[in-house]
Amino acid sequence: MRQRPSFWYAAPAFAFFALFAALPMVLVVFLSFTSWDGLGTPQPNGVDNWARLADDGQAYDAVGRTAILMVVSWLVQTPIALLIGVWAAGRQRSRAVLSSIFFLPLLLSTAAIALLWKVMLDPNFGVTQALGGPLGDIQFLGDPSIALYTVAFVITWQYVPFHTLLYQGAARAIPRNLYEAATIDGAGRVRQFVHITLPQLRYTIITSSILMIVGSLTTFDTVLILTDGGGPGTASRIAPLHMYITGFSGFEMGYASTMAVLLVVVGTGLSLLVMRVTGYRSMNSQQEGA
Amino acid sequence: MKRNVPAGVSALVWLVLVAGPLYFMVAVSLRGRADYLTNNPLKPPTDPTLDNYRTVLTGGFGGYLFNNVVVTFATVAIVVLLGVPAAYAIVRSTSKLVQRGFTLLLAGLAIPAQATIIPVYLLITRLNLYDSLTAIILPTAAFALPVATLVLTNSLRDVPKELYEAQTIDGASAFGVLRHLVLPLAKPAIVTVVVYTALNAWNGFLFPLVLTQSESTRVLTLGLWNFQGQFGTNVPALLAAVTLSVLPIFVVYLIGRRYLLSGLTAGFGK
Repeated sequence: MRQRPSFWYAAPAFAFFALFAALPMVLVVFLSFTSWDGLGTPQPNGVDNWARLADDGQAYDAVGRTAILMVVSWLVQTPIALLIGVWAAGRQRSRAVLSSIFFLPLLLSTAAIALLWKVMLDPNFGVTQALGGPLGDIQFLGDPSIALYTVAFVITWQYVPFHTLLYQGAARAIPRNLYEAATIDGAGRVRQFVHITLPQLRYTIITSSILMIVGSLTTFDTVLILTDGGGPGTASRIAPLHMYITGFSGFEMGYASTMAVLLVVVGTGLSLLVMRVTGYRSMNSQQEGA
Repeated sequence: MKRNVPAGVSALVWLVLVAGPLYFMVAVSLRGRADYLTNNPLKPPTDPTLDNYRTVLTGGFGGYLFNNVVVTFATVAIVVLLGVPAAYAIVRSTSKLVQRGFTLLLAGLAIPAQATIIPVYLLITRLNLYDSLTAIILPTAAFALPVATLVLTNSLRDVPKELYEAQTIDGASAFGVLRHLVLPLAKPAIVTVVVYTALNAWNGFLFPLVLTQSESTRVLTLGLWNFQGQFGTNVPALLAAVTLSVLPIFVVYLIGRRYLLSGLTAGFGK
């Protein structure tokens, strides 16, 4: 009788993953060198798609909007999630109760969140109207110069709880004696936050930032529903949404695959850059030594 | 710890921002349509009614709910049935192939599902599965496998070697060890994996969007989107549908908040 599990215990999982997740990743690269309308057989067309992408003004605009969305949502989400996460890490009962409410958006599907905000921001019957004042005059989803920032706001609402959860877990893992020692040394709260909490959370800040970067480069479901496909006009048509529309509404699946590949490459590149700049690797070894 | 004023204030602001929309969602779902259009939507409904819920439940919602349950159960079943033995083999097997496979699986953590929707569509149409619930289940499960296996593997690595060895000395087969040692010890990790996978499947939007089209294969998230077109300005009915779609998860949250939250950050938390 065999006493250790054989390869066959793991083979079904590997095969399943390879077929439905790894193979598509390879296929998308192949498709990026083809012309395909979604019905017939993909026809190889060399680097045509890539050449076309290089001078596609619409694609450049979409990338620009993605960059804005990425930067704005990072700048807004990171401090909020960090502050609330550290706060929620406290063991007080009131904090536990409040945090359980903070995490509620995590339970809602993207469709639910986008539809809820769409209704609330309705210029005629929405919440902004009911609150009155200057808010009532703003066309949050109808004004092309505002729509993208409205999207950033809704995305923040949707994802801050997740990042808060990451920070909460990490803040709870900070050894208490660090704070005790600092208190004895007479360090105030701000100093403790800057000199103990922030450095201890570096690993989490990087993880959370990378998730946000990759997320803004690939996620489009919230925008699709919230702005009826990137509207008004193309004001909120970010790159991944442009990819989806090109593929599934324009039936240019080959060209859309080219965009998908580019988004993954840029996402991976930026993630590696963030890791290098922040010295992620050396930090890991420090943690092991601690 | 003393009072932390800035964090406390932001926490309160955030509370209003989070609780406000959820209050709005439930409050409006209990109002009549005319009431919503004429009165301030922020005030509590003076004359609450369940009519909207009736409208929604008789408008195809039951079918979407059923589809969602099928998709969620099947996805969870696949992930647990494949993930648990795989994690066991990754921790205990001496086979080099297993370690290579694990590396491949870990690389999958970095693959965003959104970037693969076109090839997944190609694959599903070639397998003649387009517009079926199976079409949603297969890729959803495949993309949940890396995190699931990682969580399971981490929990099994924490099991002392001596426990495995003691079982082996008693003459237990590999399968016996899986049944009598691995399954009981991995229970908390399995719960985390079930929650993570179920939530992903329940709330999934992308794969249903590109892999199905008929009414008979519609899941909840697509149904909500569809309701928006169908009900037009009937916002109370739309929000009743949204509330109904969240309800099952909300119940799970009330029962097992700890498991749900750990399931959410599975693979990213330390």
